Amino acid sequence: MSTTSSPRAAFDCIVVGGGHNGLACAAYLARAGRSVLVLEAGEHLGGAAATREFAPGFRVSALSHLLHQMPARIIEELQLERHGLAWAAQSLPTAVLAADAAAVIIDGGSLDGPVGAADREAYREFRSQLGRFAAALQPMLDAPPPRLGTDRWSDRLSLLSLGWRIRRLGRRDMRELLRIAGMNAYDLLTEHFQAAPLQGAFGLDAVLGTNFGPRAPGTVMTLLYRLALQQGAGARGAAIPVGGMGAVPVALAAAAQAAGAQIRLAAPVARLTVAGDRVTGVRLQSGETIDATTVISSADPKHSLLGLLGAEHLDTSFVRRVHHLRTRGLAAKLHLALDGPPRFTGLPPGAQGARLLIAPTLDYIERAFNHSKYGEYSSAPALEITVPTISDASLAPAGKHVLSAIVHYAPYELRGGWESQRDAFTHALVGLLERYAPGIRGQVIHGELLAPPDIEREFRIHGGHWHHADLALDQFFAVRPVPGATQHRTPLPGYYLCGAGCHPGGGVVGIAGRNAARQVIAEAGRA
Amino acid sequence: MGERDKPDVLVVGAGHNGLVAACYLARAGLSVQVLERNPHIGGAAVSRRLYGDFTYSNCSYVCSLLRPEIMRALELPRFGLQIIPYDGGCTMMRDGGHLALYDNHDALRREIARHSKRDAEAYDRYARDVIRQCKFIKPLLMREPPDPTSFKPRDIRELLYLGGHFQRLGEQRMYDTLRFWTMSAADFLDEYFESEIVKAHMAGSAIIGTALGPRSPGTAYVLLHHYMGDIDDTVGAWGFARGGMGAVTRALAASLQASGGTIRTDAGVERILVRNGRSVGVALASGEEIHARLVLSNMDVKRTFLETVDSSELPEDFVRQVRNFKIRGSSGKLNIALDGLPTFPAIPLGSPSTRGDMHVTDTIEMMERAYDDWKEGTWSRAPYIDMLIPTQIDPTMAPDGKHYMSVFVQYCPYQLASGPWDADKRKAFGDTVIDTIARHSPDFKSLILHAEVRTPWDLENEVGLTEGNIFQGELTFDQLLFNRPIPGYSQYRTPLQGLYLCGSSTHPGGGVMGAPGANAARAVLRDLRMEAS
Repeated sequence: MSTTSSPRAAFDCIVVGGGHNGLACAAYLARAGRSVLVLEAGEHLGGAAATREFAPGFRVSALSHLLHQMPARIIEELQLERHGLAWAAQSLPTAVLAADAAAVIIDGGSLDGPVGAADREAYREFRSQLGRFAAALQPMLDAPPPRLGTDRWSDRLSLLSLGWRIRRLGRRDMRELLRIAGMNAYDLLTEHFQAAPLQGAFGLDAVLGTNFGPRAPGTVMTLLYRLALQQGAGARGAAIPVGGMGAVPVALAAAAQAAGAQIRLAAPVARLTVAGDRVTGVRLQSGETIDATTVISSADPKHSLLGLLGAEHLDTSFVRRVHHLRTRGLAAKLHLALDGPPRFTGLPPGAQGARLLIAPTLDYIERAFNHSKYGEYSSAPALEITVPTISDASLAPAGKHVLSAIVHYAPYELRGGWESQRDAFTHALVGLLERYAPGIRGQVIHGELLAPPDIEREFRIHGGHWHHADLALDQFFAVRPVPGATQHRTPLPGYYLCGAGCHPGGGVVGIAGRNAARQVIAEAGRA
Repeated sequence: MGERDKPDVLVVGAGHNGLVAACYLARAGLSVQVLERNPHIGGAAVSRRLYGDFTYSNCSYVCSLLRPEIMRALELPRFGLQIIPYDGGCTMMRDGGHLALYDNHDALRREIARHSKRDAEAYDRYARDVIRQCKFIKPLLMREPPDPTSFKPRDIRELLYLGGHFQRLGEQRMYDTLRFWTMSAADFLDEYFESEIVKAHMAGSAIIGTALGPRSPGTAYVLLHHYMGDIDDTVGAWGFARGGMGAVTRALAASLQASGGTIRTDAGVERILVRNGRSVGVALASGEEIHARLVLSNMDVKRTFLETVDSSELPEDFVRQVRNFKIRGSSGKLNIALDGLPTFPAIPLGSPSTRGDMHVTDTIEMMERAYDDWKEGTWSRAPYIDMLIPTQIDPTMAPDGKHYMSVFVQYCPYQLASGPWDADKRKAFGDTVIDTIARHSPDFKSLILHAEVRTPWDLENEVGLTEGNIFQGELTFDQLLFNRPIPGYSQYRTPLQGLYLCGSSTHPGGGVMGAPGANAARAVLRDLRMEAS
């Protein structure tokens, strides 16, 4: 490794951005013996994986509010539990709310609520088949996707092994996988289920993070990919860390520092420094420059490539590709401070703390999506709701509660602008919740809505998209984020990407950080 | 017919694909009989006289996808098919402006520059990239898609061919192709153009016949499907069949009869006869049974297996998959007899712009909202229309001074949320379209002598296309290549020995292309160890 580090470089590696992927990357590099410096622009770590106080005494996970996609392997390898990560809740069931009926509760293999025998049988088959498919695709997440058309054996082998894994499914499964891989969730789910809530639940899983409705071809792939990630998360299932999502970066930082990594806060990077055609380090906004052999950016691709590096170092067709990357956020986050526990109708006692969905039918989700196509917010959006204070009272004053909801869809570019419409939308959302939790309107002490422009500003994510770029087949796997910047590399030697813009995308997952670190180490090994 | 002189092959349905298949088989020396339910042949490629001396191409209305190798092999020109290329066309804007269309690249480039200089430059890039994709896909159209789950040498050979064909693109082009196949038309066009009118015009071909909107992933590919037109090898050029689309199927019928094949009309097939897993012939509605060594069905996969074959003869799994086959109708059609040539204030008099496809949808959003209406089970309140007046170029279709107008309408559902189609709803749908046109042509309404309004429901009843889907099945990823129509049965063969599919339900799909018929015939001849002549 020392063969690649020039004698003058202060660090082997600088990681730009102290989000969960940046910290995971730093931790893996430090554990591999690299000298690592993490530079975070903000006052505290975590980026979008943060716990924020949105009202006096009320704290909440700022964006992602469930940890159900971070591989168990990362948590173990980095010993995050030893570094302070604890669980307030694990394996939360999913409850599909109904305004006037009992909720349908999906708890692993079991189904509760108003679902017919045929659907229960269909669910068993659906779950085991998609489980097999997800397992076959799972290893896609362990390493960067191959490049196509190269004569490198590593690329060929990973393509061949992917093909082999799919063939090993057997003829019947393989045919079905090849049929549904490019299909839309709407058609697949109506093929399998009659119960609208079941269709709605998986329909929402299929479109979270995409800029599509369930009728859009390709949404089955995002569903499969989500299932593959959740399989990797193992038995823990949908979990809530004690102290909210902000506890994850704290543990990652501790792991990185324990391995020798240094972390600097309030140190925003202005530009990379480049000599010849290789990165030599970074220049901070303060003017200070720091040398490093390798720089890894966890920022979004547009900022990493056009902002930190700059178009002048890139060829025009590549710059065009980066410009075309679709990064307009589509989800908002609603936080409510409540002076008592909300009472959602149709939920059995003890299920109030579950992952609650407002996605009654596929058409409901599709209609919610229609608005976003024309720059309007959804008048009746689909919601993923948690009430974290049910499992972690420390987030609110005694007896008080916090409601956290991911709102699909809320377009980044809203006709008429967000400033004038934020309140109207917030009221509409509380009105929607009132239908499912009568009385909640009266419980609201304080409300906060983070629209995509707020997310862009607060967390420095271009377009306020928490996957950094839409999940879509044309921004997926071997072409994510853009051809020419896959496998965590960039056109500039020594400069790498490790953020959610890379395969396999966003959510508090950490795989991009881990894979990037392994890529850096592997290349140094080759050099 | 008695057992002795029973034909080798029965083809069910005298649509263009059925006739193409029949022609190839007859030319290979087999005795072929085509059975047609209607009193006339042609399926959805017909010329009908429904009003006075006007001839309507009342279903399909232009020739663009018909494979030239088929025209040559079956000598269609010799049997009377004459294709008249046409140029021109335009998209009219609500503000009175328009974008004129030209086949000539530089002319169109200049026209685009009127709307955006930047887009005019982008158009060079766009045309280059789209034509590159056409050239990539063209060789795949006339090949049998391999079964990726099979270890048969032929399938492996074909898979390797596909792999090699893709590999030869080189790394960057491979990514471009991968993205092109999975993108939405709207996102694809956004990567080139800034002007709404330019994007709206280009996007049109991406939604024709498709139950998807311009923002649905996979529509960029459909966009290309309509660029595959091939006249004098100019990619994208379109043409009229002189005398209407019926001329195509008439020429095919003549070619068939010249090589000894026969056609029976008014011979609707009620059942395909099966004896221990093998199709042995058909039973007509009249009760008459006709036996043959082989049966080819030009009907779509649903009609074939859910209505004409006893499901107890088929694997349960297969029947379930046929039920799941997506074949939702999304298009309507108006055929209008005009007392004279309507004027369009947006278009200068005598401009070639009225001689080609005329559109009135000037933004992608308008197109997408039209799709939203379809999703809700209503016809589009502001539909996308593709309007042509072929009599400007082919005067044989109307009396002197009069004109025939063909209006293709996207979107129109097969099932209305408000209940079944009836005369009033059909009229209301027709009026929506006529009003849309009248907004751009003040004298249009006063010139209307007769208008035939066709919904997907009519298409199903008259032509027999399930749910009135013009492609015999939607062209989405899950129903393309080796998935079309049913995974494992993409090679024109079926679970029943001796029964083949030759319609647009099979690869490469719809349009008056003839490739499914030709490919099916090749599959049959291979099974019979015979060579195509």
